[in-house]
Amino acid sequence: MQRGIRVLSALLEARTGQVLSPERGWRVETALKPILRAHGLQDIGILAAHLTRYRDPRLEIEVVDALLNNESSFFRDPQIFEMIRQQILPHIRARKQDRRLRVWSAGCSTGQEAYSLAIQLCNDVEVWDRWRVEILATDISATAIARARDGIFPQIDVQRGLSINDLLKWFEPVADGWRASAQLRAMIDFRQDNLFNPRAPGGGYDLLLCRNVMLYFTQERRQKVFDLLARHSHDHSVLLLGAGETAMGHGDPFVAHPEFRGAYRRPPVQPLYVDGPMGPAV
Amino acid sequence: MKNCLVVDDSKVIRKVARHILESLDLSVREAVDGQDALIQCEESSPDVVLLDWNMPVMSGMEFLQALSSARIETRPKVIFCTTENGIGHIKAAVEAGADEYVMKPFDRETLESKLAIVGVI
Repeated sequence: MQRGIRVLSALLEARTGQVLSPERGWRVETALKPILRAHGLQDIGILAAHLTRYRDPRLEIEVVDALLNNESSFFRDPQIFEMIRQQILPHIRARKQDRRLRVWSAGCSTGQEAYSLAIQLCNDVEVWDRWRVEILATDISATAIARARDGIFPQIDVQRGLSINDLLKWFEPVADGWRASAQLRAMIDFRQDNLFNPRAPGGGYDLLLCRNVMLYFTQERRQKVFDLLARHSHDHSVLLLGAGETAMGHGDPFVAHPEFRGAYRRPPVQPLYVDGPMGPAV
Repeated sequence: MKNCLVVDDSKVIRKVARHILESLDLSVREAVDGQDALIQCEESSPDVVLLDWNMPVMSGMEFLQALSSARIETRPKVIFCTTENGIGHIKAAVEAGADEYVMKPFDRETLESKLAIVGVI
């Protein structure tokens, strides 16, 4: 059993960079039960042996997808979305001459975060009228991205975080739940992508959300992700992490944002030479 | 501590809702139908009403309509909690003044989320 967990853990880390910490160990068996049943395998040890022996790529993908934590909800941590709407977006608006808003939801899971942002922007249509809004949402899981792209959410999901007014305004009932409107779906570019080997379009994003993603990575891998996020930022970009995650202690790609609690920005560029009343500072 | 009035003709639903709401630090009272709820609201207005739709004597919708002319100091927030999950029912409830809508079955996270949206927790 323990050897089986080690094999699965190694597979998960090789594919996604995520570490199967002891705290997540308890859910491995539950998460893999449907796969064991579908393939007629008795337990995790046999599944691991099967993967080692046959290197079945389809089964590997199934296992990795099942081990990923795709938990997400609309307007998760509502105070963060309130801060985005009330403070961060006005801050960005004031600094964008080109009337182009670029947002990246990195590690978007099944898309609720990106949809929440799209809803927020659509509800403030008079503010964003004549702005070009681009929302990129990426995740390592092809299954999660396919679900996000479909925009169909079960009843239980749309009742967590979404107000009834937003549900009526932006979703329509379908056979297996509620589907995000075509307008919302068209606003978001969902892509399957790997933060360690990114193919998604680069460039300077104004708002970067990478919430509840870093906690699954080792220190070394977190550093790589912060470097990547910094490369896709500009001087006025705002980075938001999950509660309990920090950019501190990962070199200097990001520093605490002086205006927004819990947010980060790239360190301001320090002038090398300042001519002042006391003479040049060096 | 804020007060919630659970209005449902099902004893089981009232018990489940009470258990969840008390775990969210709300004080809970119960009513078995809309008329019972209206009397209780007039006696002492709760902060929020968790309201079933189909009940004998007075339905949830009838209660909601009567609430607007009831002798109460502060109108409570009203969250429908019902098996009537069709979009027609949801729209009718919102148009009649419901603040939120829970489609049964529900769980703790759902109630917690809806109570937060209406500002009770």
